[in-house]
Amino acid sequence: MPSDEHLKEADRVMTICNACRYCAGFCAVFPAMERRRTFDTKDLVYMSNLCFECRACYYACQYAPPHEFAVNVPQALSRLRADTYEDYAWPRVLKGFYKNNAFLVGLVTTVCIVLAFVLTLTFQGSDTLFSAHQGEGAFFAVVPYGAMVFPAMVMFFYAIFALLAGFVSFWRRTRGSISDLIDVPAFARAVKEAFGLQYMKGGGDGCNYPDEKFSKSRMWHHHLVFYGFGLDFCATSIAAFYHNILHWHSPYPYLSLPVVFGTVGGVMMCIGTVGLLYLKAKSDMDPAEEKMLTLDKTFLWMLFWTSFTGLLLLVFRETAMMGTLLVIHLGVVAGLFLTIPYSKFAHAVYRYAALVQNAIEVREDESKVVLG
Amino acid sequence: MLIAGGGNAAMCAAIMARHGGASVLVLEAAPKAFRGGNSRHTRNLRYMHEGEDGFLTGTYPEDEFYEDLLRVTGGDTNEELARFCIRQSQDAGEWMSAHGIKWQPSLRGTLQLSRTNAFFLGGGKALMNAYYETAGKMGIRAEYDTEVRDLNIEDGVFRSAVVEHEGQTREVAAKAFIGASGGFEANVPWLKEYWGDAADNFIIRGTPYNKGRVLRQLFDAGAKPAGRAKGFHAIALDGRAPKFDGGIVTRLDCVPFGVVLNKNAERFYDEGEDFWPKRYAIWGTLIAGQPEQEAYCFVDAKSIDLFLPSVFPPFQADSVRQLAAALDLNPAKAEETVNAFNASVKPGTFDATILDDCSTEGMDPPKSHWARPIDTPPFYGYPLRPGITFTYMGVAVNKQCQVLFGDDTPSPNIFAAGEMMSGNILGKGYLAGFGMTIGTVFGRIAGREAARAIG
Repeated sequence: MPSDEHLKEADRVMTICNACRYCAGFCAVFPAMERRRTFDTKDLVYMSNLCFECRACYYACQYAPPHEFAVNVPQALSRLRADTYEDYAWPRVLKGFYKNNAFLVGLVTTVCIVLAFVLTLTFQGSDTLFSAHQGEGAFFAVVPYGAMVFPAMVMFFYAIFALLAGFVSFWRRTRGSISDLIDVPAFARAVKEAFGLQYMKGGGDGCNYPDEKFSKSRMWHHHLVFYGFGLDFCATSIAAFYHNILHWHSPYPYLSLPVVFGTVGGVMMCIGTVGLLYLKAKSDMDPAEEKMLTLDKTFLWMLFWTSFTGLLLLVFRETAMMGTLLVIHLGVVAGLFLTIPYSKFAHAVYRYAALVQNAIEVREDESKVVLG
Repeated sequence: MLIAGGGNAAMCAAIMARHGGASVLVLEAAPKAFRGGNSRHTRNLRYMHEGEDGFLTGTYPEDEFYEDLLRVTGGDTNEELARFCIRQSQDAGEWMSAHGIKWQPSLRGTLQLSRTNAFFLGGGKALMNAYYETAGKMGIRAEYDTEVRDLNIEDGVFRSAVVEHEGQTREVAAKAFIGASGGFEANVPWLKEYWGDAADNFIIRGTPYNKGRVLRQLFDAGAKPAGRAKGFHAIALDGRAPKFDGGIVTRLDCVPFGVVLNKNAERFYDEGEDFWPKRYAIWGTLIAGQPEQEAYCFVDAKSIDLFLPSVFPPFQADSVRQLAAALDLNPAKAEETVNAFNASVKPGTFDATILDDCSTEGMDPPKSHWARPIDTPPFYGYPLRPGITFTYMGVAVNKQCQVLFGDDTPSPNIFAAGEMMSGNILGKGYLAGFGMTIGTVFGRIAGREAARAIG
């Protein structure tokens, strides 16, 4: 359950908003609100995950602080959203990870890096680790293929499973019916909105971010991170295909598909994450929620270090630094994947579930209009 | 050029004056967070248009617009100035867009584009944010927390103003002055001149900064008034609303679905006389005439979901008696009134979307439509008070927005726009979005003419 205090505040704020309705044109939250007269826990949790914190409603609000009604929708919904991540974390025992996120993610990642070093030194020896390796199979000379791929696969599928478990329990709590989960048009609409970051456009001119002026910079940086991540994922998949099906072994040439995809994706992620971190540092703190900001920054740094160490590895792969960089990179990647189900990455899961529910509600609304 | 006020009219004037080459200083009495006067509580603007323009559908010609105005004012308008205003409003959407205003897109299913009123994306505060941003880029200076205390006017000619900022006063000389600082609805002592102590019980829906100080000084300097002094636009509000600045969320739309009792637990007016959008504006003044300026709307479980939710939860009880007690009314008397009403309700077919045949018989006052017995628990009650939107009285102006002194002599360098002169056109009643029409039309004219007057 989300905290009572956060629920109460979101309910109070949404009740005021529902008597005003001036913000209907900004995003999906307000039309969803207008479909309801009162707000119970599942409504508020759903609506909080529809909010992209574009802040347009905050700067447009005649009741924003210092008005005595002190309406702060982005903050109230961010607080509830941060509770969501804890509530639906799987397994439940790890929800505490969200409470001290920066420290724990940092700790896990550090442990992963140290462990990778210790294991490599123990099993491969310092000569192997600290000397240059070239030609086919160079990376595997330092970290054997099985040692690299097997833990990575386990961590990857664990992350997928944990996130799916979160998705399903979130869905059961907010929408209820599992049969709705095979609603193809709703999924398609949600995919389109998610891939286009529809609601980061606010009313069309972008978010009021980092300050009250309308700007699309947050949307573009987010796109860089999202599609950069996608390209890196493609690069890894292609590399796996090369290795296992075609039996071509890395390192691949600079102009090969895995390297080009990986490099472009890595650069996009570096620019995107640094850009978002910069915008966050500059952003107005009044509509912000501190806890969410910590989750944001922690995850962005993890993505940054993953990409950055990957790019370093590419640049120095023919030198004696390769082994060290490879071990660091693998450690960071392990830290990223181990903590992904307990990081801001979770927003993608719950937001997507909320978008699907929204697509269903919008369609129900439209059919009512046609019938009516 | 000095502009008193920081709402829609003031900013339209500032932008046009700057286009005309003037160096402009805007003095806004409110702090930055509350800038924009009553404009920050608005949401749309009505303007004449001959064809679809992307913000509005169809056409809204001058004659239809004027007839709408005649209907609400009952003829209490200045036809020449009113028609001039309507014509000058043509294609306001385009001008506003060019100056940074964003519009609410047509929302599929819920809200379609309107024919008469264009909706600002995010409402009036977003509109004001956009105007201030545009003005800033144009080099217009705006000072917040800065109030005009005194006007130095000689024979209808403006010389300087004494302004106060954080307790410090200074004199600002300017070649022209535009008053765009609203009416006097937030000045309770001034309201008391006409309403006596009843004014203490009025709620002011908008900005607490509309004290009418500039208006009063213009009158003192000999400016001619326009519009009725005692007149204000008032609606029925939730009695728990804050004294000032509650805006839109404290209005209540429950009246046509229930019965309304006064402090003596008696009904006093036909709750179902006509559709609520045509009647809500008379209820403020009706309640202002009741004991202690209070009233109580009773509805039952049948009707609670029929009107827009409001910001305060209703009082709730299992009987009319208990509900009356919770609202501090005489329980026996309230029950008697409701029972008598229930007994007078004729059978009919309830339909909230038409003027239906559910009415009372032999009841004074009657309830002409939507009358159903208040008999299904739980019962809900809302306290009501008059909420003043704006006052009508302003200064008389000509088409150039020059303030008229004495025997209709226009001042060469004093102009007025917005609520401060809306009484010239709007003597009574209200037309949704028309205050913004007046502010936009006459603000732009005042800015342009004042820049011309400077030369």
